Amino acid sequence: MKSKTVKRRAPAAKSPADELWQLRLYVMDQTPKSATAFANLKSFCENHLKGRYRIKVIDLMRQPQLAKGDQILATPTVVRKLPKPVRTIIGNLSNTESVLVGLDLRASG
Amino acid sequence: MKTNRSKSTSPVTRLPKCPTGIQGLDEITGGGLPRGRPTLVCGSAGCGKTLLGAEFLVRGAAQFNEPGVLMAFEETEAELKANVASLGFDLAGLVRSKKIAIDYVHIERSEVQESGEYDLEGLFVRLGHAIDSIGAKRVVLDTLEALFASLPNEAILRAELRRLFRWLKDKGVTAVITAERGREQLTRHGLEEYVSDCVILLDHRVNDQIATRNLRVVKYRGAQHGTNEFPFLIGDEGISVLPITSLGLNHKVSNERIATGIPRLDAMLGGHGFFRGSSILLTGTPGTGKTIISSNFAQAAARRGERTLFFSFEESPNQIMRNMHSIGLRLEPLVKRGLLRFHSARPSLYGLEMHLATMFKEIVTFQPQVVIIDPITSLMDAGTDSECRGMVTRLVDYLKAGQVTTLFTSLTQGGKALQQSEAAMSSLMDSWLLLQDFEGNGERNRVLYVLKARGMKHSNQIREFLISDRGIDLVDAYIGPSGVLTGSARAAQNSLEKAAVLASQQEAAQLKREVERKRDALERKISGLRADYETEAEELRRIAEQVGTSTLMLTTERAASGLLRQADIKVAAQARGNARNGKVN
Repeated sequence: MKSKTVKRRAPAAKSPADELWQLRLYVMDQTPKSATAFANLKSFCENHLKGRYRIKVIDLMRQPQLAKGDQILATPTVVRKLPKPVRTIIGNLSNTESVLVGLDLRASG
Repeated sequence: MKTNRSKSTSPVTRLPKCPTGIQGLDEITGGGLPRGRPTLVCGSAGCGKTLLGAEFLVRGAAQFNEPGVLMAFEETEAELKANVASLGFDLAGLVRSKKIAIDYVHIERSEVQESGEYDLEGLFVRLGHAIDSIGAKRVVLDTLEALFASLPNEAILRAELRRLFRWLKDKGVTAVITAERGREQLTRHGLEEYVSDCVILLDHRVNDQIATRNLRVVKYRGAQHGTNEFPFLIGDEGISVLPITSLGLNHKVSNERIATGIPRLDAMLGGHGFFRGSSILLTGTPGTGKTIISSNFAQAAARRGERTLFFSFEESPNQIMRNMHSIGLRLEPLVKRGLLRFHSARPSLYGLEMHLATMFKEIVTFQPQVVIIDPITSLMDAGTDSECRGMVTRLVDYLKAGQVTTLFTSLTQGGKALQQSEAAMSSLMDSWLLLQDFEGNGERNRVLYVLKARGMKHSNQIREFLISDRGIDLVDAYIGPSGVLTGSARAAQNSLEKAAVLASQQEAAQLKREVERKRDALERKISGLRADYETEAEELRRIAEQVGTSTLMLTTERAASGLLRQADIKVAAQARGNARNGKVN
């Protein structure tokens, strides 16, 4: 699976696992909590989505108006904008198993 | 009494209050919700929590210049706007003018996965952003408990809610948090644990197929408040709470008297009619003329240039006008001139509270000096006895406070004890007129009497009440040894008496004539006798004169013959002198 994705990064791929992943990480301020969440997400993506993910970190402290758009209540929150459908994981992502479930990677991973 | 006490103590330890602008709620809470603190509004589904919250914000923004944030967890912005628009609130307009901000918070449980620790800073940020963007002073969270369904970790949620309420307090906003009613506690998830300053409970229950909404202030820390359950309703102008006890018995009274439109009735009431601002009960069996007296009262008010509001629960306005026309009472011109307004509704149309609220609203908009409720007994069917009494009490108090004279008509069933059915109401009334049917002699006649009239001299007599095509009139009923006679019996009795009087008058006249004749005869007799006497006296005088003349003639003749005979002239002359000077005997 991994080798397959490495080999074929073509945009024509149909499988969600082949697409480019757009992730948004909503955090509140540059706190250790936020840093932990970012580190967890980063390592998770490196393990499972190497080379085909993009993480956008949004600090709600600076951009509070963005919270409404993605219905953010909790921080930290990861929103998978692509591939569709949108998935949301709340928490610092310390539980890898539930991140897999949350990002719908379990079946294919 | 309660309000009096709170009024007298509140200046000392005044808790800052935030007026809701909701009719009646500010009276119960003594000025509004606690300013800068959260208030919990709980109740079961469909009892008006969201509406209360929305009205709090809309009125705050529109009336008190306090912008507000509505954070909705259950309804979208569009839904909310549409829902409250039907109650006359322009939420969309207020949102456009940045007086109100709406944030729809929605989390689909199935789309959310939890992984590790988190907090609800996102919620805080959104709320804080909304508050800051419009400078909000008020916040409504509707319904925060939806979070319990969306977020799996209750421990975190509870900790965060506790933090949220403290945060709201620190922000200094007056917040309303709505929550579902729980089975054993006030709210399903025990939110009352966090919001302890003010708790309002809403309730919607059905009695006899008629639903009544109730509101109760369960708790209000640091302030006096009405603890009773108060009925409230959702009308086309939002919520109105109808406090019973908030109205005191300290309204002004007037000494002015106003005419009833029936001069004889005025006369029965000490000559001047009813007191202004008094409550009058007009009781009668069917068809005794209650509506007619009411209409006359309205006409009399119009003649004084006063406005009358006529609540009719049995007849349509057109029907009343047509019927009154038949007795020569024209109400249409009064309606056209704006001196009379009808409000007709079937009693079963809605519950008692709705009726009351509608009536209040009509009274507020029309500002009448006279209110007629025809008949109040119809309304009695719409609620239980205690509810009705409460309602009439509030109505009477409300109208008295505004110096409005009120005429209640009350329908009693024939054969039922009159006092019994009105016992509940009569003590609230200042004057009580009774209309009754008298049956007998093959006919049915109406009578009227004054059962009570507080503070005025009034007649204790029964009057017969006549309705003709020229209006109504009161006549004295005949009260004699055979009881009260009315109608044709009274007329017959009257003519009998007239005949008797006539007969005795004739007799007296005849006697008089007789006496006069006797006197004439006597006088004639007297004048006859006088004539006789005068005849005789004349005769006597004539005889005496005759005697005198003949004596003189005798002497004269003797002297003449002596002269003839040339007798001593001297002697003769002397004798002549004697005869001239001396009396002839």
